[in-house]
Amino acid sequence: MRIGTLIIGACQAGVQLACSLRELGDTEPIVLVGEEPHAPYQRPPLSKAFLKGQATADSLTFRTHEFYAEHRIELVTRERIVSIKRDSTGGVATAESGRRFEFARLALTTGAVPRQIPFDGSELEGVSYLRTATDAALLEQRLQTAQNVVVVGGGFIGLEVAAGARAAGKTVTVLEAAPRLVGRAVSEATSAFYLAAHRRRGTRVVLNAQVTRFLGQHDRVTGVELASGDVIEADVVLIGVGVIARTELAEQLGLAVDNGIVVDASARCSDGLTVAAGDCANLPNPSLTPGGIERLRLESVQNAIEQAKVAAATLLGLPAEYSTVPWFWSDQADLKLQIAGLSGGHDQVVLRGDPESEKFSVLYYRAGWLIAADCVNRPLDFIAVRALLHSGQHLPAAQAGDLSLPLKKLVASALETAPAVPVLLGK
Amino acid sequence: MPSVTYISATGSETAVAGFAGDSVMETAVRNGVPGIVAECGGSLSCATCHVFVCADSVFDPMQELEDDMLDGTAIDREPNSRLSCQLTLRDADIRVTTPETQV
Repeated sequence: MRIGTLIIGACQAGVQLACSLRELGDTEPIVLVGEEPHAPYQRPPLSKAFLKGQATADSLTFRTHEFYAEHRIELVTRERIVSIKRDSTGGVATAESGRRFEFARLALTTGAVPRQIPFDGSELEGVSYLRTATDAALLEQRLQTAQNVVVVGGGFIGLEVAAGARAAGKTVTVLEAAPRLVGRAVSEATSAFYLAAHRRRGTRVVLNAQVTRFLGQHDRVTGVELASGDVIEADVVLIGVGVIARTELAEQLGLAVDNGIVVDASARCSDGLTVAAGDCANLPNPSLTPGGIERLRLESVQNAIEQAKVAAATLLGLPAEYSTVPWFWSDQADLKLQIAGLSGGHDQVVLRGDPESEKFSVLYYRAGWLIAADCVNRPLDFIAVRALLHSGQHLPAAQAGDLSLPLKKLVASALETAPAVPVLLGK
Repeated sequence: MPSVTYISATGSETAVAGFAGDSVMETAVRNGVPGIVAECGGSLSCATCHVFVCADSVFDPMQELEDDMLDGTAIDREPNSRLSCQLTLRDADIRVTTPETQV
C-alpha cells in the first residue's frame, strides 16, 4: 500500500503533523515511523519528573493507541529509516530491517541527538547522555545508587538534572566550559542568578572548566579530570552540551542543510516538496525584527507544535506561514524560568524585581522596544510580555522595572510613549 | 474508572474514560479532546489548559502559582476557573467546560 504521507520521526512534531493533517481534512493513509520502542511521548519531563520516579514513558505518551486507530494514523515503532529516495510524485523510504515505505508525501521530524564529546573514558559505565526515555530510565537507575554526580555542561538539561540530584541529597558538581551558565539562551544577569541560586542549594559549579578525560576503574567511571589537574569524584556523569540536528536523510535527498534542514516559512525544504519541522529544522526567525537573527533552529515544544501545523498545511497545498513569539521554560529545583521572545541583539536590560528574592524578570530591549524577557518565578510577567510581543504593543523601559505596577497595566497605557520608529513587527 | 465530560464553549459534550491519578488535562490531550492546548505538558508554564469546573465536580484547592497563572489566561478567569493540568482525577465523575480559546 502506498502511504499518503510518511512522517519520519515519532516525536512531538511528528504527532502534531499527523493530527493536523487529519484536522485539515486529509483522508489519505498516514504513517508515523520512529525508531524508539515507545509510543511518542513528552520529552521535557525526562530531565525533571522522570528522574524523580514521577513519570514513565507510558505516563508521558501524547495520545492513546485508540486515538491513533480512530484517526487512522498508523504508528510504527522500532524502525529506523536508513535510506530514502524521492521524486516529484513520491518515493520510498527503507528501514534498517529492510521494511519499505512507499509514499506520496514526505515529512521529516527527525529531531536531534546529543552532541558527543570524545574524551578518553567516554565509554565507561556511568557516563550518560539524556535525550530519550530509554536514556532517562538508565540515568534514573544510575542515580539511585550514586553519591557523586558530575554534570558536564551548564545548560538547561544539565542544570535541571543537577537540581534534581542535589535535592535528592547527592553531591553534585556542574562543569561549564564557558564563563557563564546557559550562555546560549539567557543574558549575563540571568546567568549570574542561576550560578548563585545553584550554589546556594549546595551544588558546586565550576566555570571555564576544561574537561580532559574521564577516569575509571573496572570499566566504571570514578572521576572527571580537568585541565587544571583537579579530579572530581564521580559515580555518574551526565553530558549535556547541546544537540545536533539529525539531517542524514535530508542529505541523502540532496536537501539544503546548514545547522539543520533548511526550510522556508512554510516549513518547505529546498526541493519544494518535502517538509521538515521541529528540532531538526533550520527556519527563518518566526518573530524577526530588525537587528534580530535571520535564521535559527528552535529547540522547544512550542516550535515543534506550531511549525508542524504549518508543515501539515503546506503538504496539503494550503497557504501557511509560520509566525510566532518563541517561548521556552526550564524548571530547576523550585525555580521556574519562563522565557518569551529571543533576546539576541538586545542593547538595554531592565531588571524587574530583586534576583536575591528569587522572583524577578529580566526585560530585553532593542532600540527602545521590548524584544524578550526571562522571568524567574514571575509567571504573570511572562504572560504579559508574551501577549505584548504578540500584539506589537510598546512597554516603556523607564517604567518596566516598577514592581508596584503590573506589566499588564503598563502595556495598556503605553501607546503614546512609543519610540518614533516601530522596530517591533507584531504578529 | 471516572468519566470526564468536556463541554465546549458552544455546548457540545465529549465524555472519555479517565484513570484515577491522571489529570483532567492529560485525559483530554491523550484522547484528542479539542479545547485544551496544554503546550507545556502540565508543568504550570503556559496557562493553555484553562477550564471552568462545573458545580458538581470537586478538586483539591489551588496553589499560589496556579492562581497567578490563571490571571494570564486567554479568556478571563471566572470564580470556577482552574488549570486542568492541576486537577487530579479520583473515583468521581467530573464535568468541565472549556473556554472559546486557549491562546
